[in-house]
Amino acid sequence: MLSAAALALLLTVALALARAALGPSVFDRLQAASTIGTCAMLLLALLGFLDERPEFLDLALTYGLLNVIGVIAVLKFFHLGRIANKSHENAEDA
Amino acid sequence: MIRSLVSAVALFSFWLLLSGMFVPFLLAAGFGCAIAIKLFSKRLSAIAEESDVLELNWGKFIVYCPWLVEEIIVAAWDVSKRILSPRLPISPALVEFVPSQKTDVGLVIHANSITLTPGTISVEAEHGRFLVHALTEGGAKSLAGSEMDRRCAELEEV
Amino acid sequence: MLIDILSGIFLAGGAFFCLVGGIGLIRMPDFYTRMHAASVTETLGAGLMLVGMMLHAGLTLVTAKLILIGLLIFLASPASSHALAKSALMSGLKPLLGATPSDDEVPPSKP
Repeated sequence: MLSAAALALLLTVALALARAALGPSVFDRLQAASTIGTCAMLLLALLGFLDERPEFLDLALTYGLLNVIGVIAVLKFFHLGRIANKSHENAEDA
Repeated sequence: MIRSLVSAVALFSFWLLLSGMFVPFLLAAGFGCAIAIKLFSKRLSAIAEESDVLELNWGKFIVYCPWLVEEIIVAAWDVSKRILSPRLPISPALVEFVPSQKTDVGLVIHANSITLTPGTISVEAEHGRFLVHALTEGGAKSLAGSEMDRRCAELEEV
Repeated sequence: MLIDILSGIFLAGGAFFCLVGGIGLIRMPDFYTRMHAASVTETLGAGLMLVGMMLHAGLTLVTAKLILIGLLIFLASPASSHALAKSALMSGLKPLLGATPSDDEVPPSKP
């Protein structure tokens, strides 16, 4: 059942990848990326069980943390054109 | 100060959970890392020291979590049926309503619960104004003054 | 033995809801409705799968880590969904409103 679940996750990743390719907006692609991130996290955990290597769970945890930060960083980049937050420069721009 | 200490201890126990090894060197390294992260985050002022996150009715919160899980299961099942139905019976709606919570914690819990429940996503969340996108008109209508709203407001009664 | 069967059922359920979310991501007509489909994957799909793995692992450090992964998903994914929806609306992406033409369950009405 573990490998069947892994297969279903791979299919979900394929569907999300299709959505990322189709777009049309950048937000659709980001949503697809975040779904792929969630699936990758579960897939890593499942791989840990399939190979009997529990270290994979740590990778899954790290991937999950990076996924959230990644989505927010890309959003901020598309919003402001930069990632670093310089509030005093913002005040000068406005 | 107590808040800093609590979060340092929490960071250290997170380290212990991840490493699962109790060798003196690793314990010392974990302790050093916890302190260093605490100092860095203070320098970045990433953690609001005066936040009222802990002022929550924890007894009610423990009852609230299973209720939310049940709500998520019901909503996810409903959304799944709509996705798989050949006619795709959806009627997206954008609604604005007034949440009855007063504190930041209550508002955050309410907004997060709305987003976690499939079929509704909180688009904007401010004091006294929530903007929510719902997959169906019915889901949109049931948001204002819902049981979730009432339960989240109860969480604030310390 | 019973635990194994139960764990299998949970894993199968999780796999099913993950797939449904993926299908919804393709079928839904606009960005905001796609987010609802993705949230099925992120909540029920991931949750059931994690419960299945927890039952498979038994009471060990592995279960504690799985609980941590679950907490991470349930606390952080609404935050990123909210950020995504808010910036989409702020950037001027208009949501599709009202019932789809094929819909006869809910009477169409403009808000």
